[in-house]
Amino acid sequence: MIKCENVTKSYQTGDNSTTVLNDVSFEIKEGEFVAIIGPSGSGKSTLMHILGALDRPTSGQYFLGGKNVFDLSEEEMAAIRSEKIGFVFQSFNLLPRSTVMRNVMLPLIYNRHVPKSTRRAKAEKVLKAVGLEADHWLHLSNQLSGGQMQRVAIARALINDPSIILADEPTGNLDSKTGAIVLETFGNLNKAGGHTIILITHDKHVAEYANRVIEIKDGEIISDKKNL
Amino acid sequence: MIFSDLFEETIFSMSSNKSRSALTILGIVIGIASVIALISVGQGTSKGITDRIESLGTNLLVVMPGSQRQAGNIVRGGMGSSQSLNLEDAEAIKATVTDITAVASTVSSRKQVTAKGQNTNTSIYGIDTSYFGIKSIEMELGNQITEQQIKSKAKVAVLGPTTRDDLFGVGANPVGQRIKVSSQEFTVIGVTLTKGGTGMGSSDDLIYIPLTTAQQYVTGNQSVSNINIQVSSADLMSFVQAQVQELLLQRHRIADSTQADFSIMNQADMLSAMSSVADTLTLLLAAIAGISLLVGGIGIMNMMLTTVTERTREIGLRKSLGATSNDISSQFLAESVSLTFIGGIIGIAVGWAAALLIAKLGSLTTVVTSWSIFLSVGVSTLVGIVFGFYPSRRAAKLDPIDALRYQ
Repeated sequence: MIKCENVTKSYQTGDNSTTVLNDVSFEIKEGEFVAIIGPSGSGKSTLMHILGALDRPTSGQYFLGGKNVFDLSEEEMAAIRSEKIGFVFQSFNLLPRSTVMRNVMLPLIYNRHVPKSTRRAKAEKVLKAVGLEADHWLHLSNQLSGGQMQRVAIARALINDPSIILADEPTGNLDSKTGAIVLETFGNLNKAGGHTIILITHDKHVAEYANRVIEIKDGEIISDKKNL
Repeated sequence: MIFSDLFEETIFSMSSNKSRSALTILGIVIGIASVIALISVGQGTSKGITDRIESLGTNLLVVMPGSQRQAGNIVRGGMGSSQSLNLEDAEAIKATVTDITAVASTVSSRKQVTAKGQNTNTSIYGIDTSYFGIKSIEMELGNQITEQQIKSKAKVAVLGPTTRDDLFGVGANPVGQRIKVSSQEFTVIGVTLTKGGTGMGSSDDLIYIPLTTAQQYVTGNQSVSNINIQVSSADLMSFVQAQVQELLLQRHRIADSTQADFSIMNQADMLSAMSSVADTLTLLLAAIAGISLLVGGIGIMNMMLTTVTERTREIGLRKSLGATSNDISSQFLAESVSLTFIGGIIGIAVGWAAALLIAKLGSLTTVVTSWSIFLSVGVSTLVGIVFGFYPSRRAAKLDPIDALRYQ
């Protein structure tokens, strides 16, 4: 499903070149729940950007569903993001002053393959999947609690039925109790729905919810093991 | 991204900051309204000039004496100052030139006129019976000058309405009263109906008397000031003009047409000369209004740039959700075009109202033409595209990672 081969990413600032990711290779299979863990500055965010087709590696190859993302045009990368990837962000990134429904349906306006008439049914399905009660569906996004907002964001990530869900510190802005609810939501989606989930975090406790933990430090993978 | 989604997104983002959208629209409203209103003033002026010239009569050629020349003197007198035209010339034109319906000679002079202690300085026109027909002048009171009065050099006068107002008071009936011109007493026999217009060429501020009377008592010679020729159709104007030119050169024994002691004014030429002046005026007014439209456009650009900055994170989010650069730029472009389009529509209404108000309160005539409306809608949409283009490209070019991190 996902295959990284010798992925290197470096930035050129003036005469100095900083290598953020150094020769990273790994593979993630369909239906896995993987946590990528590392301290800040370890390169995990850059790795997420590359996995999410938001950025290109300086060298190396990244295959998503058999396609080499490095070879794609800007348009094709946008299409990949639309159809194959669902993002969940630390700060939720919901549209302000907009209803839950509108937020969840937002990705569909960029996906040509989904007819307009089916949008509402799809949105209702994913909102049920993340366990958000129907009486919140027409609330404005800023009237919700943090945990509810993040579940709306997860529903938004699910709506295009993506191959992978990429979550960047999804519990970073939540207290531990609501954080646990969000993480259980991911667990359910993985177990019941068979969704592939990649969780990026600096928190070992968060990583415990995943089946596999890849630890990264100074741009290199230092461990890759299954959670028992 | 399909059109209906683009439309909904645009409505949503415009209504999410209502006061700012309204102020930006106001800038465009003022621009478009001033374009419409000022063009209407220009067009109104143009129509006024055309109406004035057409009120002089239709298909008219006017023969005027040339400037006075004296042997051995290189200084020429003013146009029309010579006495080179006379009634025989008019008779000859009537007899030999084809395709004319009427010929009317006039003698004119400016004199001081007094009546019962009131006095005014006005034009005295010596006319024959065909003059009122050619100029389509109608009577408000009393009678026109008759053939009999011309033959007998009667001292009778028909007043223009303005002259009547000056001498006898507004709206008074002066028929039967006496006025004094060049120490001669004239009896008023009628007043003409107003034709509008002021200043040069006004047919309201003058006094008509019989042609022969004018030659005898006012100018004291046999020359005429103008020969008005009415041509039977507009297409024949230049043809008749050439015939008259040839005839008069022959009669005055002048071989070289540049030395002619008369000139012929063609009403059509005058009309086109005056309309071109009016068109220049319209263009000038439109250019001034265009500046305010430009300022409105810069307002749009300013707002769009602010919006792009404010919504940087949202742009990053949309890109991460699969929006292409084109999706982003068309969203911002649609917003700026909608702002200018709405501004354009309101601006037309406001501009139209302003034009009506100018016509009502001021003495200017205003004419709102359909082309000025189409022009404004086109220009306002173009302003939206031009001034929305740069901000929308800027939004589209944002790097999604940087945009998502933007605080």
